[in-house]
Amino acid sequence: MARAVTASRKALTTAIAGALAFLMFFPILWIVVLSLKTEVDAIRAPWQVLTSGWTFESYGAVQERSDYFKHFWNSVIIAFGSTLLGLVIAVPAAWAMAFVPGKRTKDVLMWMLSTKMLPPVGVLVPIYLLFINIGLLDTRFGLVIVLMLINLPIIIWMLYTYFREIPGEILEAARMDGASLREEVLYVLTPMAIPGMASTVLLNVILAWNEAFWTLNLTASKAAPLTAFIASYSSPEGLFYAKLSAASVMAIAPILIMGWFSQKQLVRGLTFGAVK
Amino acid sequence: MRLGKSLIAGTAIALVTGGTAVAEELTIATVNNSDMIIMQKLSPQWEEATGHKLNWVVLEENVLRQRVTTDIATKGGSFDIVTIGAYEAPIWGKQGWLNGLEDLGDAYDYADIFEPVRNGLSADGTLYAVPFYAESSFTFYRTDLFEKAGLEKPTEQITYDQFADMVAKLHDPDNGVYGTCQRGKAGWGENMAFVGPMVNAFGGRWFDMEWNPTIDSPEWKAAITYYVDLMNNYGPPGASSNGHNENRALFADGKCATWVDATSAAGYIFNPNESSVADKTDFFQAPKQVTDKGTGWFWAWALAVPSSSTKVDAAKEFLAWATSKEYVTLVGETEGWVAAPPGTRKSTYENTAYIEAAPFAKTVETSILAANPADPTKDPVPYTGIQFVAIPEFQGIGNYVGQQIAAALAGQQTVDQALANSQNFAVREMTKAGYIK
Repeated sequence: MARAVTASRKALTTAIAGALAFLMFFPILWIVVLSLKTEVDAIRAPWQVLTSGWTFESYGAVQERSDYFKHFWNSVIIAFGSTLLGLVIAVPAAWAMAFVPGKRTKDVLMWMLSTKMLPPVGVLVPIYLLFINIGLLDTRFGLVIVLMLINLPIIIWMLYTYFREIPGEILEAARMDGASLREEVLYVLTPMAIPGMASTVLLNVILAWNEAFWTLNLTASKAAPLTAFIASYSSPEGLFYAKLSAASVMAIAPILIMGWFSQKQLVRGLTFGAVK
Repeated sequence: MRLGKSLIAGTAIALVTGGTAVAEELTIATVNNSDMIIMQKLSPQWEEATGHKLNWVVLEENVLRQRVTTDIATKGGSFDIVTIGAYEAPIWGKQGWLNGLEDLGDAYDYADIFEPVRNGLSADGTLYAVPFYAESSFTFYRTDLFEKAGLEKPTEQITYDQFADMVAKLHDPDNGVYGTCQRGKAGWGENMAFVGPMVNAFGGRWFDMEWNPTIDSPEWKAAITYYVDLMNNYGPPGASSNGHNENRALFADGKCATWVDATSAAGYIFNPNESSVADKTDFFQAPKQVTDKGTGWFWAWALAVPSSSTKVDAAKEFLAWATSKEYVTLVGETEGWVAAPPGTRKSTYENTAYIEAAPFAKTVETSILAANPADPTKDPVPYTGIQFVAIPEFQGIGNYVGQQIAAALAGQQTVDQALANSQNFAVREMTKAGYIK
């Protein structure tokens, strides 16, 4: 039976939720505001920032100095490439662990997760040396591989959780109807796990898009994505707040828009199987 | 006018380029500051003249340091030209990570580079980086507030005690003016850049001749106590989070009566488009206390060619162009003389156009020539460097001490605790590194 909620309680809850949402979104909003100011206005007191004139000059200056589209395409290829490659490896792995678990499946899952606990800087030099030797330094392919490996534990874990919610009997029925393993995964399992897979893809694209350690350390100029684009406007000596804000807005806008449009799918996927 | 600029550009390139036959693609890693932005903007002229192409990697100073260190140490060869500071140049040069730069061509006037700058970028007599701009530190002050408080510009170098008296008279928080703004944000290149020369002035030093840290000495205690009291009494609120940029913005916005910081900030403070106090600012030497040695810092941003680069000749060609006398003239003619790279060449300070456009020019020259990184303290030391110690371990030690002092400034611990922690850390690091047996 649903609990009765009074109108005032509902209004209070809505107000608190709205305030929290505004608080969380405020840094992004402030970046957008600063990006539309001159450098001199951007460093003034907050109320002076809001009352000063608005301009797009920082966006013009950023575009003139840096090639935004080159960085943007690098980001797109690296984020989507690493996620899709990760999916190709993770789907069979998660299937095996979810439907034909062995004695050590839990240990393998925990071991995979434990690799996420290693500070990246601890393996920077070995990976850097590997990249030099196989000629992957400053290449998009190299970053696709590294980010795929970094996010693979998350992809496998997410898919494993979704797959576990799918009744094994359905797959059994498919097998009894003569479906091969490939057909079973491709035509029965995958369509049923689409919401979960969609949220896995979205989350990993966001993670790969925002990754700033490997993308800064393994690139120079050719494969540098938008994280390097933002970093080029950060400076301890000189005022670049407005330009830095403009660069940040340009870098986060695509992923923000994508997240905005797919938020229903994202939430559906993340809560998939939460209620039976 | 346009023809004149083209002629200057053409002459500059013709004078300093040897003209290698093969067009190369060079990758240059650099920091983000206004001088480097101008260099990036003007470099197509060099590309056009030589046929070489430049790929720019612009990064924040600390990210750049980490990125370039990894690449050079692993012989990655990602970069053909790197921007490094006066701290790295001698250390990396000694390690064999950089190519010597004694052969930039007959037209490159080495003798024109200020001697302290050349020495600061050399190791064992070899020049490993060529200066793009150099700076010392001096005191910015507001002429209108001095007049209101009945103060006069000092003609001689004043002491920190006299400076505190001056600041007390200028402090007027009710009208939004703080007596002084100094760096408080933790970091060896942030608060320690100001604190280091101040400790030198109070007679302190980082290490004795046996490399034993002396951070718990009475000289350090006097200096840091003075600093914390000064900032708490006459500084802006939240000073422990203010670095160079924050203070620069506060001063330009008319919130600070005095500020001891980089001479290179003068071009910004004196630019009426960016500063509301451009016509009300003057400067005098950074204060002394028990000694005048090491009271103004020395820093230079310079260009170097890593030993891992495979395009050394083309890279040197670019260095010869970007740090030449002719390049300084090119910047002056195209971007305005006040924007010319300061502090590196005698010829810049003999140029009447520059002297007229930059009223701070002579004081900057005097401060840079007075800075002697080889003899920075009252008592003898085994190291070189004024606001830093030119050893690889300093970065970690300087950052830690900076954090301790920032915590003392924020009131999270006492000065005694900050210095005791710093001393323990420095002893541990120096023992680990083998300096202390």
